[in-house]
Amino acid sequence: MQYDVTIDGKDYRLELERVDAGWRCRLNGREVQIDAVLARRDVLSILIGGKAYEIKREHIAQETHLWVGSVRYAAELRDPRSLRSRKGSAADEKGPKKLFAPMPGKVVRVLVAEQEAVEAGQSILVVEAMKMQNEIKSPKKGTLQKIVAAEGANVNAGDVLAIVE
Amino acid sequence: MFKKILIANRGEIAVRVIRACRELGITSVAIYSDVDRASLHVRKADEAYHIGAPAAAESYLNIAKILEVAKRSGADAIHPGYGFLSENAKFAQACGSASMKFIGPSPASMEMMGSKTRARQEMEKAGVPFVPGTSRGLESGEQAEQVAAKIGYPVMLKAAAGGGGKGMRLVHTPEELKSALQAAQSEAERAFGDREVYVEKAIVNPRHIEMQVLADEYGNTVYLGERECSIQRRHQKVLEEAPSPIVDADMRRRMGEVAVRVARAAGYTNAGTVEFLVDEEKKFYFLEMNTRLQVEHPVTELITGLDLVHLQIRIASGEKLPFRQEDVHIRGHAIECRIYAEDPDNNYFPSPGRITLLLSPSGPGIRRDSGMYEGWTVPVDYDPLLAKLIGYGTDRGQAISRLTRALHEYFVGGIKTNISLFRRILTDTDFQAGEVDTGYLDRLLTSKACEVKGENAEVAAIAAGIFAILDPASVVGNGNLSPNPGNKTVGGVTVSGWKKAARFEALD
Repeated sequence: MQYDVTIDGKDYRLELERVDAGWRCRLNGREVQIDAVLARRDVLSILIGGKAYEIKREHIAQETHLWVGSVRYAAELRDPRSLRSRKGSAADEKGPKKLFAPMPGKVVRVLVAEQEAVEAGQSILVVEAMKMQNEIKSPKKGTLQKIVAAEGANVNAGDVLAIVE
Repeated sequence: MFKKILIANRGEIAVRVIRACRELGITSVAIYSDVDRASLHVRKADEAYHIGAPAAAESYLNIAKILEVAKRSGADAIHPGYGFLSENAKFAQACGSASMKFIGPSPASMEMMGSKTRARQEMEKAGVPFVPGTSRGLESGEQAEQVAAKIGYPVMLKAAAGGGGKGMRLVHTPEELKSALQAAQSEAERAFGDREVYVEKAIVNPRHIEMQVLADEYGNTVYLGERECSIQRRHQKVLEEAPSPIVDADMRRRMGEVAVRVARAAGYTNAGTVEFLVDEEKKFYFLEMNTRLQVEHPVTELITGLDLVHLQIRIASGEKLPFRQEDVHIRGHAIECRIYAEDPDNNYFPSPGRITLLLSPSGPGIRRDSGMYEGWTVPVDYDPLLAKLIGYGTDRGQAISRLTRALHEYFVGGIKTNISLFRRILTDTDFQAGEVDTGYLDRLLTSKACEVKGENAEVAAIAAGIFAILDPASVVGNGNLSPNPGNKTVGGVTVSGWKKAARFEALD
C-alpha cells in the first residue's frame, strides 16, 4: 500500500506492506525496519530499532491526531490511488468540508461573506457558549460556499454552520 | 449508623461517596438528570432515581425534588458532596425538617460563614487574625475612601455574598476607588442578588493556604493539616498539595489552633476548611470558611491516613471523633491535579464530547478519583471536572516524580483536556522549588509556552499507515468513528446528523 501522509503540515510518502509476520516499510524512499501490533482499537505498539513507541489515535472535530507518547501530531492520510485525492492538491482535498458547532451556543458573528476565499485555519464565525467566545475555523483553503447558520442563530452541538468548498 | 444515604451530587464526588458507603455497608442512592443517565455514579450506586432536566435548577439544585426522591427511596441521610447544595443552609434546614440527616454542619454555622462580612464580624469577636479592612458593607464612597486611606493601598473590594472572584475589584489608587466600588456593587447585585461590598487590604502575591478541620457533635474539634492551593486560574484551583512547602510544624500548629478557634466560634460540626491568605513574611490572615468537604480533600487523606468521607458519615450518625489532636500525624507529601475537559489552546474553553479512548494511570503512589470512562459523553451542562489525579510520596520530590510519570501515562482521547498544563507546572523550576503564590499560574501561562519538539513525526507518519491497515476507521465527513458517522446520541436518543443537516442545507 502506498500513502501520502501529512504530519503537522509536513508531507511524507509511505510504502507499507505486510510480509509474513512482519512489515516492509519505506518512508520517503528510505527503508525502515519496524515491528507493529495493534494493542486495541486506536492503540498501536511500534518497535523501531529496539525503541518502543505507544501511539494513540483520536478524532476531534474534523482532525485526526496521533499521539506518540505524550506528544500530539496532526495527521492526514491519503491513498493516492483513490479517485478523490487525485482531484485536487493536498490542501483542497476531499471536496466540500462542513464546519460544525462544537457545542450548543449562539452564532454571534459571521466574519466572512459567502463566495469569499478563505485560508486553512482562518476564522469563519464566532459561536458564544457558557459566556465564552469560540472561533470556528476553516479546515481547508478554499471558498466559503455557504453560511448555514446566520448571525443570531442558536445552534446545537454537531449542527452545520458553514460549508467551505 | 445510617442504613441508606442519598448522594445529592454527580460526577467524581458522587462516586467517592458511593465508595465510602459501600465500604461501610451502607446502601447508596444516586440521583441523575436526563444527561447523566449513563454516568459512572449511577452504575456504581445501589439505587438510582431520575431527578429532572439537565439544568441544575431542575435537578441537582432542586431541593423539593431531591427530598421527594430521598423519602421515596427510604434514605435516612443525605450527603451533599461539594458545590450544588452543599453550602445551602435552606437545604440543610429542609433535610432536618424532612427527618433526613444532612451530612455536614448545621444550617446556623453555614449561614454564619456564608456571608463574608458576617464571618469577619464573628471572627473579630473570636480574636482571629484577618486581613485589615471592614467587617460590614461599605455605605458610601466617602466611607470607602476613609477606610482605604487607613489600611493603605492597594485594597480589594469584595462582595459579601460572593465567591469565585465575582464582585471583586483590586484598587491601586484613591482616584479609582469610587468607580470601582460602584462597579463591584452592581456586579454583586447581578451575580448574587446582594450589592453589599466590603473592603480589605490587598496582600501582594499572597499564598492561599487552607486548614482542614473536623468536629464531632460533642464539641471535639481538630485540625488535620494544611493544603497549599495557590495554583489557580481565574480564582479557580487547579493543583493543590499537602503539606504546604513553606509551613513548618510550628506554623502548622499556630494556624491549626486558629482554625479550630474559627470552627468553634461558628459552632461547627463535621468536615470544613478554614482558608487563609499568607503574605511574604508568613503572616497568615483568615479569609473565609468553607462549610463542606472540598474537592482537594484527597491530599489531606493521603498525608494523614484518614478517610474524611467515612469520618463525615460517622460524625453525622452521632459517633465521637475516634482520635484526638495528638494522634494526628502528617507523613509524606501529596499533590493533586484537577483534570478538566477544557482546551488549553483555546483559553480553556470547555470541551465536552465523547471520550473515545481512555488509558488511565496507576502504580505506586497514584490515586485517581474519576467520574469518566471510555465511551462516556461529557455533558455540556455542568462543571467539566473529569477526574482528580493525585501523586503521593515520602517527600515532595517523590510526589512530583510519581505524578509526572502518571500524567505521562494518562490519555483521554476524543476530547481536549488540561493534562498538558500539569506537565508544564510540574517541570517548572519555580514550582519545583515550592515558590508559588496566587499569581503564579497566570505568570506561567503568559510566559512563552515551551515548544514540545516533534522529533517523532516520522514515527507518527508510519503509524498513520499502520492504523489504516490494521484498524481502519470510517473517517467520513465529520470524522466520527461510529459505524453510522452521521448519527449522534443525545440523552439516549439517536438523532440522525445527516437528517438534521439536510434540513439546514440546500444541497446543490
